[in-house]
Amino acid sequence: MAGNAALSVGVLALQGAFREHMRMLEVLGVQAREVRLPADLEGLHGLILPGGESTTISRLMTDYALWDPVRQFAVAGGGVWGTCAGAIMLARTIEGVSPNLGAQPGLGLLDITVRRNAFGRQVDSFAVPLDVRGLDGPFPAVFIRAPLIERAGPEVEVLATQAGGAVLVRRGRVMASSFHPEVTTDPRLHSLFLKGLSEL
Amino acid sequence: MTQQTGTASIKEGFAEMFKGGVIMDVVTADQARIAEAAGATAVMALERVPADIRKDGGVARMSDPKMIREIIAAVSIPVMAKVRIGHVVEAQILQAIGVDFIDESEVLTPADEQFHILKTGFKVPFVCGAKNLGEALRRVGEGASMIRTKGEAGTGNVIEAVRHARTVLGDIRTIQARPAEELMTVARDLQAPYELVKYVHEHGTLPVVNFAAGGVATPADAALMMWLGLDGVFVGSGIFKSANPERRAQAIVKAVTHYQNPDILAEISEDLGAPMTGINIDELIPEERLASRGW
Repeated sequence: MAGNAALSVGVLALQGAFREHMRMLEVLGVQAREVRLPADLEGLHGLILPGGESTTISRLMTDYALWDPVRQFAVAGGGVWGTCAGAIMLARTIEGVSPNLGAQPGLGLLDITVRRNAFGRQVDSFAVPLDVRGLDGPFPAVFIRAPLIERAGPEVEVLATQAGGAVLVRRGRVMASSFHPEVTTDPRLHSLFLKGLSEL
Repeated sequence: MTQQTGTASIKEGFAEMFKGGVIMDVVTADQARIAEAAGATAVMALERVPADIRKDGGVARMSDPKMIREIIAAVSIPVMAKVRIGHVVEAQILQAIGVDFIDESEVLTPADEQFHILKTGFKVPFVCGAKNLGEALRRVGEGASMIRTKGEAGTGNVIEAVRHARTVLGDIRTIQARPAEELMTVARDLQAPYELVKYVHEHGTLPVVNFAAGGVATPADAALMMWLGLDGVFVGSGIFKSANPERRAQAIVKAVTHYQNPDILAEISEDLGAPMTGINIDELIPEERLASRGW
């Protein structure tokens, strides 16, 4: 199958740690592109939704009419990986929403229930060596005001768990992680996502 | 499994998540709700915005914890709050009530003329202001997880923020061009830790996220700070001292995301109502210049 150089992967660059994902993709030899408007999705094989503030990113998704184009991108076979805020955006059900904003819009691309800020506030944020199915050794996982995947549907594969919930899941080319592989120097989960793009 | 909390990488990683975003000063839970709905990535809870601190005079201190708790309960985004420079106990109090980030800020009246807080000892991350690279690296050396320009808060005048951004980024470019054997002397001249000077030389950036603050009043001001090369923007008096805070807040959020797109900037700059009234920096007597607090 095609090597990384033949892959074009976008990173949603509305707000958050998109530069770290871009850097990781470049290290892995992928053609990486920042996505801010629907037209930026054209020709991509995959799209990463980075960590950041999910209410901010959602607001900008609505303002610039990105929800449907991203949904169609995934339905047409594009891979999508959400980290932290991005995982929240992929979920079918979002718990722990703001008392101020009420129901939070989402892509609904994964049959999971995600709870925002499930581990507490910033003083409770933590790092832990995480066992991930399919990786040869623990992954240095950083959880920052992280969400927890409280429920994963029958077709969703759970690749890692923490505190009684899932923190890394996948269904086909759609993947979600509660933690932030982009703030580490470990490229293994980015490689896993890219492998899914050229394999399936 | 060894689980770690409050490490430098967890605190600095959190700061990374604010990038490309706008952090807004709010003085009530209602303002916090408006800021969150407009797309703020965090709110800064304080009793008076800098423009009012300037007007009222007197000693400006940490806000009432009750008011901060009300804001924490009102929104789901991170809540920051300010302590006086060097006031260790105010910082301990804010950490105890669960504030997500502390701003050791020159906008409040300094508590210590000589020493800043040793921030490495806290689980909660800190942001500090800086006018130049030496000051920025001294704060990082003390454990700051995020740096911002000081600008001149409460003036609605962006000139000082631009000056501080250009100074810090210009100093970084200069260091990048220096040969390795000169870096110890550079560290001496900047009065900055040698290891951090080496980091800047190798990476061409600060070791932590670098935001704009102090005088941003319009979407164009915010986009200018991004264009200069900063990572995001704090807006203090600029939003809630303007005629239409809601619209202005939304527009500034969009401006920071789309700072490279003049068509979008033109569209969002339209019809925002009056911005806050500005102050000409040259008219401030030296004692009124907040940026000169801290070192």
